[in-house]
Amino acid sequence: MWVLCGTVVPMISVEGFTKTYGGFTAVDDVTFTARPGQVTGFLGPNGAGKTTTMRAMVGLTPASRGRITIGGHDYRAIPNPGRHVGVLLDASAQHAGRTGREILTLGAKTMGLPMSRVEEMLALVSLSESEAKRRLGKYSLGMKQRLGIAHALLGDPSVLILDEPANGLDPAGIRWMRSLLKSYADRGGTVLLSSHLLNEVELIADEMILIGQGRIVAQGDKKSLLAGQAASSLVTSLDNDALARALQAAGFAPEPAGEGIRVNCDTAAVGRAALDARVVLTDLREGTAGLEDLFLELTADTQREQPRPPAPQAQLTNGAQ
Amino acid sequence: MTSAAPTIELAGTAPVPFGRLVAVELRKTYDTRAGFWLLATIAILVTVAEVITLLVGVFNDDAGLNFGAFVGVAAFVTSILLPVLGIMLVTGEWGQRTAMVTFALEPRRPLVIAAKAVVGLVLTLVTAGVAIVIGAVCNLLLGLLNGPADWDFGWNYFFGFIVVQTLAMLSGFALATLFLSTPISIVVFFVYMWGIPIVFGIASYYLGWFDSASQWIDFQRAQTPLQDMSIHTGEEWAHLLVSGVLWLVVPLAFGIRRILRAEVK
Repeated sequence: MWVLCGTVVPMISVEGFTKTYGGFTAVDDVTFTARPGQVTGFLGPNGAGKTTTMRAMVGLTPASRGRITIGGHDYRAIPNPGRHVGVLLDASAQHAGRTGREILTLGAKTMGLPMSRVEEMLALVSLSESEAKRRLGKYSLGMKQRLGIAHALLGDPSVLILDEPANGLDPAGIRWMRSLLKSYADRGGTVLLSSHLLNEVELIADEMILIGQGRIVAQGDKKSLLAGQAASSLVTSLDNDALARALQAAGFAPEPAGEGIRVNCDTAAVGRAALDARVVLTDLREGTAGLEDLFLELTADTQREQPRPPAPQAQLTNGAQ
Repeated sequence: MTSAAPTIELAGTAPVPFGRLVAVELRKTYDTRAGFWLLATIAILVTVAEVITLLVGVFNDDAGLNFGAFVGVAAFVTSILLPVLGIMLVTGEWGQRTAMVTFALEPRRPLVIAAKAVVGLVLTLVTAGVAIVIGAVCNLLLGLLNGPADWDFGWNYFFGFIVVQTLAMLSGFALATLFLSTPISIVVFFVYMWGIPIVFGIASYYLGWFDSASQWIDFQRAQTPLQDMSIHTGEEWAHLLVSGVLWLVVPLAFGIRRILRAEVK
């Protein structure tokens, strides 16, 4: 093992992956890694190239250029790959006429696993006996996702590649999946999951890859992604006008935001100004633009809907951490 | 789980054995309603056709039915449905997009295609066996009802039956790899099976020279001497080979090439 000074060699390595369809470049020179013990989030708007990249990882889409390895191997060179890499690319890509249990049974039989593994996985993803007997066509999207995660985990793999696994899960289901993947990574597993919903992923991902229109626009952990963002605070008080004057006098630029004020300084400076002006604060928090704002900003020219300048209300909800 | 290893250690993992792929592909043919009923339909239609034949024999002493006749009736039914089975073996993965899962679990796509072909052969043999058993039962009943049964059948018909049915199933299989779509494959297959012989027949009638030419391109006609294994002359074998390459090998080669290169979505 080459674990040196806490850094770990990447498990999934994407080097210069490019996929073109005729003259259209769907994925353009994408390079990133995913490491063991971490959850890596692969984020981007719909059509950004996430799914194409993930399909290429498991040999379903040939690369136009570049190389992708998992654990140092081309996926297609891994014998019985289900035992090493758990894959969920599309929870609906299963025969609608098969029962949930039958789908897992086919996977277990292919991988050469005991049938007890099927029952274990059904229990793990909380699919009941009657649900397991139902045909996939009658499953809700959330149930399909649970089954897909069970299928990916069947072979006890050391790497998980999941495309939009949270799609269709209810809030409790999303929380369940987060803790499942977190503990999987804590045990040393490598998790790569994609999503177009940043808020879903920023709570769980140790590392994030942001992709827009086939290109990586940013990558790193949350802290490093947000570093360099100007300080900002959101404050509400019993006398907003007096507080705004005090902040102005201190050399900052307050502006109304919803019920309160947004101002370009850290929370300590706001507290100090309020103390000096003897204004009672009812709410004070960091107003740094969240990952979502950063993400929209970075992919602005690739979004289908051009985001307007952030509305005050949106800032209050999304900026709150 | 291997913790924090930089590479995945593959030495301890054996590749998926071919027999396991065949077993899984076989299971896939009957674990859905559509698949189950296709197999059940083959059995039911063969039985119905045989019973009708039996009734004809019971009420018509001149019918001159024997064991071979019963098997011939079964052959007509299965020659329609076995190609559909061959088609569904392949296209089922595309219509329901399960190819994504199948090829993720076994990226060696040629082995998956081969496993499906083996399943097609196994089911063809089973179908032939069932058809012969049903034929035997009907012939026995006819003998009990109408005097002594005529067991004239001959092993040449038996082997011819299996060979022709296998070619029919493989023709469907080959077209399916080429089109990767159930309806298109079925339509093209039946055009090939019934349309082409009619067109060739008409063309041969009006164009004398076409008759000798069509022998080389009409795969079904070339199979005629196979039905009772009376294929002997070098020319007959050559007709079979050339038309077989045209209708079976060429579509299969292009089809397999397509599947191996396909982007699976």
